[in-house]
Amino acid sequence: MEKRIRVLVAKPGLDGHDRGAKVVARALRDAGFEVIYTGLRQTPEQITEAALQEDVNVVAMSLLSGAHNTLFPKVVKMIRDKGMKDTLIIGGGVIPDADIPGLKDAGVSAVFTPGTPTGSIIDFIKTNVK
Amino acid sequence: MDIVAELLAGSRLALSRAITAVENEYENATAIMQKLYPHTGRAHVIGITGPPGAGKSTLTDKLAKIYRRQGKTIGIVAVDPTSPFSGGAILGDRIRMNELTLDEGVFIRSMGTRGSLGGLSRKTADAVKIMDAAGKDIIFIETVGVGQSEVDIVKAADTTVVVLVPGLGDDIQAIKAGILEIGDVFAINKADREGAERLKAELDMMLDLDQVKAEWRPPINQTVASQGTGIEELIATIDGHIDYLAASGELARRRTARTRSELIALIEEHINRHVLKQISSSGQLDEMVASLEKRQEDPYAIVTRLLAAFLR
Ligand code: B12
Ligand SMILES: Nc1nc2c(ncn2[C@@H]2O[C@H](COP(=O)(O)OP(=O)(O)O)[C@@H](O)[C@H]2O)c(=O)[nH]1
Ligand SMILES: [Mg+2]
Repeated sequence: MEKRIRVLVAKPGLDGHDRGAKVVARALRDAGFEVIYTGLRQTPEQITEAALQEDVNVVAMSLLSGAHNTLFPKVVKMIRDKGMKDTLIIGGGVIPDADIPGLKDAGVSAVFTPGTPTGSIIDFIKTNVK
Repeated sequence: MDIVAELLAGSRLALSRAITAVENEYENATAIMQKLYPHTGRAHVIGITGPPGAGKSTLTDKLAKIYRRQGKTIGIVAVDPTSPFSGGAILGDRIRMNELTLDEGVFIRSMGTRGSLGGLSRKTADAVKIMDAAGKDIIFIETVGVGQSEVDIVKAADTTVVVLVPGLGDDIQAIKAGILEIGDVFAINKADREGAERLKAELDMMLDLDQVKAEWRPPINQTVASQGTGIEELIATIDGHIDYLAASGELARRRTARTRSELIALIEEHINRHVLKQISSSGQLDEMVASLEKRQEDPYAIVTRLLAAFLR
């Protein structure tokens, strides 16, 4: 059986905007990925633990509330601390361009903002997943 | 890292990686299962089946919490359908189990069916064995939802709980489709809705007509999983079934049947692979097909000849 790319689509923090996360989840499913969706309001601890139990290749976080600068780096650190060295970590949502370099420095491999065609998310994952 | 040693020492990451290796049939998969096999056979396996949306995940979450309070450790394998078109899947059972995520005594793994039709994936039984070897006391398997051939769960579980809901309109239809035979315990969930009593009465009647399970008449519980109502009673019923299995010798019979059918499946798989590999790489398969097309031989003669050659 061939390997399937497994992706955790996660909504950290108190942000209730879930349309984007659902759109992305469906697009990834249609691209042949196994998508684990855990619903709204996840703490960084819950996201990390779900990623560990599901042994996902990708953690994809969606955030539209503005809390990305604290929450994204926190999740990256916790994932690495748990020994998941190869997990690709990406993010998306309403994120100002000015914040993106800082997030990348913190270990978020890519950030996708409103209007991103889902095809480019799929291509990015396929190219960069380990 | 030595994944098996770490798993047995309690590493959750190793447990997770072991399931991936087996699910994807990585090179080390057989070695992992071989080393874990002596450590299996301890856990009690509970199957949770029923139509999509019946509340299986919600119920599993609530049952797991009560068993946790009793000090038992829990494994959960939650199976959702893989899209036959894309090969992808959205595995959403964890949405109902978020409160269990940070409990170190619980390990939840979602699996896509990946083309398998019986309500489980081909590797579900192996994932259960891996959790068993990791020391989980109780392992839940949540199936895709009762379909036409949702019978795999009976082979994989010690106790099968069938979850039904009132008001689907196809109550009797579902009962006809073979649910009656697979349930050790019935849970009428969403009992807050109209029709729960009627469904219970119908189910009672059908179960009383069923002579097959004379020794154990499957009890029917009513639950409201979303509010946690009736869960203690359902646990008592499940525990009653566990006691019955042990006292009657039925547990041993079920385990023997499972061991046998798993061995047969493995033998079939390996013989298939071995024979097909040989005859396709040698070109024999093509020759056989050509000979059949010209009606020089018949398929039965070919199979007999083939078997004789392999058994020599
Ligand atoms: C629809 C909407 C709502 C709906 C949400 C419905 C729902 N269930 O999702 C409702 C009306 C409920 C709502 C409420 C609120 N909203 Co509102 N809402 C929007 C709006 C108009 C569109 C969001 C949307 O659904 N877009 C469609 C989806 C498909 O796009 P998307 O999420 O951006 O996703 C795409 C990309 O960003 C990317 N992507 C997104 N996530 C991910 C994840 C990964 C891993 C990847 C790879 C890519 C990716 O890919 C997607 C496809 O291209 C935005 C404005 C805007 N134009 O973005 C404001 C907006 C997000 N809301 C905003 C606010 C302030 C609120 C409220 C606080 C308003 C209030 N005062 O009550 C509440 C808070 C709700 C809550 N509990 O959190 C602000 C946020 C400001 C900020 N970040 O600083 C925005 C930006 C509006 C604004 N300009 O002020 N909102
Ligand atoms: N009214 C009502 N809703 C419930 C009950 N149990 C679960 N639900 C809801 O039913 C929906 C499906 O539940 P889920 O556990 O995902 O069902 P599954 O598909 O069988 O796993 C969710 O929205 C639950 O909150 C119940 O007892 N009563
Ligand atoms: Mg479910």
